[in-house]
Amino acid sequence: MSDETIFIEGGRVIDPAAGTDGLRTVVIRAGRIAEVSERVERPREARAIDARGRWVVPGFIDLHAHLREPGQEYKETVETGARAALAGGFTAVCAMPNTLPPNDNASVTELVLARAAEAGLARVYPVGCISKGLKGEELAEYGELKEAGCVALSDDGRPVASPALMRRALEYARAFDLPVSVHEEDLSLVGKGVMHEGETSTRLGLLGAPAAAEEVMVLRDIALAELTGGRLHIAHLSCQGSVRAVREAKRRGLAVTAEATPHHLALRDEDVARSGYDSSFKMNPPLRSAADVLAVREGLADGTIDCIATDHAPHSLVEKEVEFDLAANGVVGLETAFAVCLALVREGALSERRLVEALTAAPARTFGLPGGALAKDAPADVAILDPAHEWRCDPAGFFTKGRNSPWKGASLRGRCTHAFVGGRLVHELRGALR
Amino acid sequence: MIGRHRHLIGLEDLSREEILQILTLSTSMKEVLRRPLKKVPTLRGKAIVNLFFEASTRTRTSFETAAKILSADAVNWTAATSSVSKGETLLDTARNIEAMRPDVLVIRHPAGGAPGFIAARVACAVVSAGDGAHEHPSQGLLDLYTLAEHLTRVGGAPPQAPPDFDTLAGKTVTIVGDVTHSRVARSNLHGLTKLGAKVRVCGPPTMIPPGIEALGASVHYHLRPAVEGADAVMMLRIQHERIGDPLLPGTREYSKVWGLNERKVKEWLKPSCAILHPGPINRGVELSPEVADGPQSVILEQVENGVAVRMAILYLVSGGAPDQSTEGAARA
Repeated sequence: MSDETIFIEGGRVIDPAAGTDGLRTVVIRAGRIAEVSERVERPREARAIDARGRWVVPGFIDLHAHLREPGQEYKETVETGARAALAGGFTAVCAMPNTLPPNDNASVTELVLARAAEAGLARVYPVGCISKGLKGEELAEYGELKEAGCVALSDDGRPVASPALMRRALEYARAFDLPVSVHEEDLSLVGKGVMHEGETSTRLGLLGAPAAAEEVMVLRDIALAELTGGRLHIAHLSCQGSVRAVREAKRRGLAVTAEATPHHLALRDEDVARSGYDSSFKMNPPLRSAADVLAVREGLADGTIDCIATDHAPHSLVEKEVEFDLAANGVVGLETAFAVCLALVREGALSERRLVEALTAAPARTFGLPGGALAKDAPADVAILDPAHEWRCDPAGFFTKGRNSPWKGASLRGRCTHAFVGGRLVHELRGALR
Repeated sequence: MIGRHRHLIGLEDLSREEILQILTLSTSMKEVLRRPLKKVPTLRGKAIVNLFFEASTRTRTSFETAAKILSADAVNWTAATSSVSKGETLLDTARNIEAMRPDVLVIRHPAGGAPGFIAARVACAVVSAGDGAHEHPSQGLLDLYTLAEHLTRVGGAPPQAPPDFDTLAGKTVTIVGDVTHSRVARSNLHGLTKLGAKVRVCGPPTMIPPGIEALGASVHYHLRPAVEGADAVMMLRIQHERIGDPLLPGTREYSKVWGLNERKVKEWLKPSCAILHPGPINRGVELSPEVADGPQSVILEQVENGVAVRMAILYLVSGGAPDQSTEGAARA
């Protein structure tokens, strides 16, 4: 907490929660948002940040990141993950529980929170396991997890194969009002598939996993959400059938939400061929067909898909610099998400306002998290973005330990220049000061 | 160099002209292969490593024979694939071999894309000897060679005439079997379509991969219309591990519905239709023994041509120019 008064001046404030979009000054005082208005007099002693030509937005919230701690600190730590988050404009990240050991009890949750507090960077919200040890056999103790600080439940990285366990998870989570975030994939349909099944997998001679492997599980879980009244959240939704299913579920008023990743919005299966079997294009769910990408974009634009989440999944070269068949699934995404999604705006797939909403108010609402808006007296979690900043994506310069980015070497446009958490300037893009 | 390529990873990457460059040179190589003293000094001093991550006696022996006829030094390196923390990685293996300064690395690997992965990371030339279900370029080339030879012969050319590769244009070739898991099918599909042939694929729907039409094939589930009027039929090997995968209920039904026997050959195939098989054959499954050994079978010609085609490939990627290949041969 800082007692400093900061005036962010001259920027375009986009705060979809408040319906704001225009030139405003954001005043931060004692770590909180004091004022967002068109004309304010700045006292001589206050610090000013020139945001002309930039966007001033609520700090982004990522519902889906793998920070790898405890257990796989060689891939990422809470600290490096939180730094990467800030560099991408995310002032809060949800840490997925597939760590070693998995976050299925309060001691792991507490460790993650302690590491986040030590780092003092982005806010970290732990996600607890749906099942003990991610084994899909017994429910984890949701009451204990929530009390320790978990904001949602997930067995991410693997599906909840048993419909009976999934039913009980959705039911039991109701007692603690926790959303259940699901990784949808029928493992028997996926088989040994390593990419999306279609023309490209045929051409590359890689075994495919059909989109239906995801869709059947989404349909199953929507039926179970209806049965139980539980809060179902579809993680990394990637195909047309899933969009259709969620749209229909929402129309019927079910408590179903969904997220899509920047890579599923921007890339498709053909990019695996174009990259020459580059394992930085291997993730789960896999990059889908052009028709799927279009449907996911439409779903995001019309609100069927609530938010953008990165599924930031850092791996070391040990897991990635191998044959495509053997490479680990996942790509890093925190530091490129904004630029990648801003390109969708330029392509006309998404409005600027919806883009910001999908990264701020929508994720806050989906998991019931604080933030996501520039509300008066709320902790000042703010990002300043330069939508015109052009940069070459060089993973060697990332804050994350992961180098597995499908955008390595690409020219990107749009970057976070400043990030504030609780009014503290915790990230500043080098060379962006003026 | 094969045209503008330093490596041979797949026929999809090659132009028609580059394919013809290899095939044309193979004719000279076949002539060397048929000499009583089959040894030419063409690649003397060149080192070739056959790096095999998958068991394959015939392809490895074929490359080894090709190398030895050209006087290259060939060594075999058999390795196991390993993922993280279970032994040496592919990259480490390749770098270790590279440190021994080979000129050509011939790679067979169960993962699609592995030869390309290595090619991008080593200095020597890389030749794929088959990767996963992706490509098997030397097999595709030897099949093209064998087909052209057959078509030239049935077209009425004198017995000693070299194969005319233009004869493939407009011809129909049917590939039957587990196309999904077949690198041979993919390499043939690329090669045949580039030389102007029409390709039909046929097999149980569980073994026809999605989008194969985009590669230029027409899809058939019934054998008879697929082979009727065809100029050649290529029968793929049914791997026993596919049974109960559950891609197939069993070999009995497969052989009845998609296998070739004497009766089907007689009633459905043109008398001039060639029957190919990349080997090893499951006798009694995809081919009955009478058909495999019958007059329309060119299976053993495929094996012989395989050596000639691989001689041409090794020669080109070792840095030889096409017009100098027989110089050494002439002196020999």
